[in-house]
Amino acid sequence: MDSEIGLRVDGTPRRLTVDTRTTLLDALRERLGVTSPKKGCDHGQCGACTVLVDGRRVLSCLTLAVARDGAEVVTAEGLAPDGELHPVQRAFIDRDAFQCGYCTPGQVVSAVGMLDELDRGWPSAATGTGEPELDDAEIAERMSGNLCRCAAYANIVPAVREAGR
Amino acid sequence: MRPFTYQAPADAASAVRAVTRDPTAVFLGGGTNLVDHLKLGILDPGLVVDVTGLASVEITDLGGGALRVGAGVPNSDLAADPLVRERFPVLSQALLAGASGQLRNMATTGGNPLQRTRCVYFQDVTTPCNKREPGSGCSAIGGWTRNHAILGASAHCIATHPSDLAVALAALDAEVRVLGQDGERVIPFTDLHRLPGDHPEHDTVLGHGDLITAIDLPARPIARRSAYRKVRDRASYAFALVSVAAAVEVDGGVVRDARIAFGGVAHKPWRAYRAEEALRGATAADDSYRAAADAELADAVAQDGLDGGNAFKIPLLRRTLVATLRDLAREDA
Amino acid sequence: MTAIGTDLARRDGTVKVTGTATYAYEAPVERPAYAHPVQATIARGRIRDIEIEDAETLDGVLTVLTPDNAERLADTDDKELAVLQSDEVAFRGQLVGVVVAETSEVAREAAGLVRVTYDEAEHDAELATERGSYVPEQLNAGYPTESAQGDVDAAMASAETTIERTYTTAMYHNNPLEPHTTTALWDGDSLTLWDSTQGVHPLRSTIAPIFGLDEERVRVICPYVGGGFGSKGTAHANVTLATLAARAVPGRPVRLALTRQQMFSLAGYRTPTIQRMRLAADADGRLSAIAIDVVEQTSRIKEYAEQTGTPTRIMYAAENRSVTHRLVPLDVPVPSWMRAPGDCPGMFGPEVAMDELAERLGVDPIELRIRNEPSVDPDTGKPFSSRNLVACLLAGADRFDWADRDLRPGVRRSGDWLVGTGVAASTYPVHRMPASTAVIRREAGRYVVEIGAADLGTGTWTTLPQIAADALDVPVSDVEVRIGDTRYPMASVAGGSSGMTTWGSAVVEAARAFRDKFGQDPADGDEADGSVGPADEDHAMHAFGAQFVEAHVHADTGELRVPRLLGVFAAGRIINPRTARSQFIGGMTMGLSMALHEHSVLDPRTGHVVNHDLAEYHVSVNADVTDVEATWIDEHDPYVNAMGSKGIGEIGIVGTAAAVSNAVWHATGVRVRDLPITLDKVLAALP
Repeated sequence: MDSEIGLRVDGTPRRLTVDTRTTLLDALRERLGVTSPKKGCDHGQCGACTVLVDGRRVLSCLTLAVARDGAEVVTAEGLAPDGELHPVQRAFIDRDAFQCGYCTPGQVVSAVGMLDELDRGWPSAATGTGEPELDDAEIAERMSGNLCRCAAYANIVPAVREAGR
Repeated sequence: MRPFTYQAPADAASAVRAVTRDPTAVFLGGGTNLVDHLKLGILDPGLVVDVTGLASVEITDLGGGALRVGAGVPNSDLAADPLVRERFPVLSQALLAGASGQLRNMATTGGNPLQRTRCVYFQDVTTPCNKREPGSGCSAIGGWTRNHAILGASAHCIATHPSDLAVALAALDAEVRVLGQDGERVIPFTDLHRLPGDHPEHDTVLGHGDLITAIDLPARPIARRSAYRKVRDRASYAFALVSVAAAVEVDGGVVRDARIAFGGVAHKPWRAYRAEEALRGATAADDSYRAAADAELADAVAQDGLDGGNAFKIPLLRRTLVATLRDLAREDA
Repeated sequence: MTAIGTDLARRDGTVKVTGTATYAYEAPVERPAYAHPVQATIARGRIRDIEIEDAETLDGVLTVLTPDNAERLADTDDKELAVLQSDEVAFRGQLVGVVVAETSEVAREAAGLVRVTYDEAEHDAELATERGSYVPEQLNAGYPTESAQGDVDAAMASAETTIERTYTTAMYHNNPLEPHTTTALWDGDSLTLWDSTQGVHPLRSTIAPIFGLDEERVRVICPYVGGGFGSKGTAHANVTLATLAARAVPGRPVRLALTRQQMFSLAGYRTPTIQRMRLAADADGRLSAIAIDVVEQTSRIKEYAEQTGTPTRIMYAAENRSVTHRLVPLDVPVPSWMRAPGDCPGMFGPEVAMDELAERLGVDPIELRIRNEPSVDPDTGKPFSSRNLVACLLAGADRFDWADRDLRPGVRRSGDWLVGTGVAASTYPVHRMPASTAVIRREAGRYVVEIGAADLGTGTWTTLPQIAADALDVPVSDVEVRIGDTRYPMASVAGGSSGMTTWGSAVVEAARAFRDKFGQDPADGDEADGSVGPADEDHAMHAFGAQFVEAHVHADTGELRVPRLLGVFAAGRIINPRTARSQFIGGMTMGLSMALHEHSVLDPRTGHVVNHDLAEYHVSVNADVTDVEATWIDEHDPYVNAMGSKGIGEIGIVGTAAAVSNAVWHATGVRVRDLPITLDKVLAALP
């Protein structure tokens, strides 16, 4: 069953027709040609599809597009408007925080969302009773929803730490 | 997955009406469990009723130490709420032990406890499952049982409930506000989920069309000293092998009171009343904690299965409970 | 020579951090159609009937293919790839149909409407013993199945100390984050495949004959691969299926990405192994015998024989030696390559056994290895082109404060955690593929290198320019490299850590030819090519390394953590330290994942892997990894290739799991001989 919805994707308003079954991920990739978010598992188990929806990092593979009519969506591509890389993206390159690159857009968006959550004082499982700080244990825990099979974790953590300073 | 109709009603009563009158209808909250199951073919709704726009996202101080949490409050926000962290640390810790940052941003207070029990055979429509197709048989029995129940299982289903939040809510005597076609009612959280028995297709006592609108946390001073301990196969982003939500009050080396619930070991979050009872008045020491664990686990039954089954979960849960209580009592000293 | 050895950022960095690198599913095509497979739900038998009417009549469905109506393929010798050619089912999850539709949602729905009934036969999908096994003619990569020197039994009978133990490694799935994916387009008799592959030319050579095509009529494009770790080194059935599906809708490109669940039965995996180890030693730990007897599985439709025993042939000196392999054919999916086939599982048993011998003798495990260091390859008698295992062990010992290590197990504690350290050796052979060609052309003032090589995250986009720059004696910024397309000269598969040796040698030869022909001041359009030459036959050529692990085991719960992982490698010259380090730590972390988490659970009742997703098949997450460091020693090897480099993509995973097991023993006193090392295996021994 088709529905017409509007999304603002990486700053650009888009109208599109989606099947009610279409996930936000498939709407972006297959309907709009926005392929920065990746499909790794399609079940919320890898994080490769992470995008910001209205400023929060979420999994686009478990989001029905029809339920996000009017949403503001930011992908890793949109974090670099006019080719100017986001500090997280620059740090990923400097630290070689990826190999094959397939999980990378999700890692980058997740890191951006995570740093914002940390700024807001949100705790994680690595936080004690006080306010969270930008340390390696916090970063590793908060980035654990993004699998990297090339296993660049030991480079992702310092990249996020540097970008978050 | 067949095509479905999508509706986003303006208010809860309309949503309840819409689902109640269509036996193929489902509510859509954060979607993290529903969309997963749509793709797996476990669910095939004709109507999806989106309640994310109408659910309350407020956390209200009810006074005297009690809180009301709107069903639409995302797990992230609930975990970060200063009042929750202060009054109910076990709740914040349980939420943060679950899933990932992205999923916690999506999952809601009302939806998270209603995720289905988790079992690899339930999730695989090519294998028989009494929960999916009553009477078809349980594939998990004699199969891979590492994540399966040791308490309260039946011959028809040995699945476990995966919610961490629910374990904390069970320990905290939370109450569930439910809107149904006959109006609003309140259910003790410990009565929300059910054991599989002869009808594993029902995870909860809710009827079709019942909508959780809020969860109330009554004042529980004991919960200020509480903790959630989750043991899993990797350091993060994994379901519990066993988990313990516990709150204790220790005075003069004696346990005055305790609230305990287990996760990962039963079809529902398992409130450990027998362990609580055994602890009241006992010396705050490992021997007492072990005795409490033994009291609760007296009826535990291990499942045989691949890779040695899940017998290890009985000593694991015992050890985890003892360690959690020891740490809490230490803090309390 | 200045470019080689320079720390350079990846050239594909920007497109990867923005997500604009195009992977196979993202190939720029017009009006793509979407394919969704149908899989068998029995492990063995025959299809009795397939009803496709409901699927065919669904709005938006373009075609439904089954063995009843799919075209006959020109070449069906490879039974894994001969999809929809017969009604026989040889494993659960085998492809029995495909739906092509206008959208992915419709394709998926329609696939669910295809009704298949079967005549089911009894199946056997469980590797438990060597029951029903046979001796394969040869092993993967052409290694001999059996080798023997001296008399192991006699040495065992007369030795002062012996170790005889059985170790097992689990079934593992490669699980690259990018699923196995193809976009296929037929234009008349010409075929274009955008495929997620480790080798565009090898894939073309596999697929072309299946469809009766000359290779020139097939173009394969793959600039970026979202990981493979071996599973994309050979074509799997999904590629044939996508190609068949596209042929049924001429002019329409068809996209087919396996779901994560489908990958567990269709994209290859590492066989489980049973390793019976025997060591005989004198009181000082000098080995008089070393033997491994391997039992592992293969599918009934296609043989794959993992070379698990091969590292035992070259690691340690001992007069009496034996290596055997037995294959058990089962009704299971076809096993295949996974990172360091042979060496990765095959260094688990031996390296834990060495630790057990060290324990028995009260000898430091590093010292034990040094005492058994061979002067020549004990298998062939050839000299090693370079062998710096001892240097790696000693360098690692130094960095890991090994000298202060207490040999006793189970006596260290840090808060609630039991603490131990462990070491294991690592090795991987230097492979060189027989054929690869590069062309170098002067274009607009730059040097353009074209070769059909692959970059699966390994750094090829960045490192081949470094090799070319030095060979041409120009700054690396003057070199552009084009890879990942069969329009470029033929390149071998990115497998066996052979890429740099093979393609790099071709690039060096091309540069030499280019300079010989055009000198230092070439004109635009000048071009020359060069090909890889034969390998040195006079030396045994291997990289070596040492893996050091600190393991923590929670005293209450048995939870396992590895807060510290150090690898020291001797792998020839390092082309780019930045990408090399990522290769090493990536391999080591995958080894950690293998040690603690990974395990495909095949339910013998159904014949399929029941934990077939990334929630249940655990790979390490960020929080499992703390301090992972890789370093290397300065090694010069004039025999391996013109660059002096050895492959580094696989050695990082070799030995890690053994080092973890040895560290867990040191922490707890428990020997875990069966992977993965999970908390239930240490629980009973906790205080």
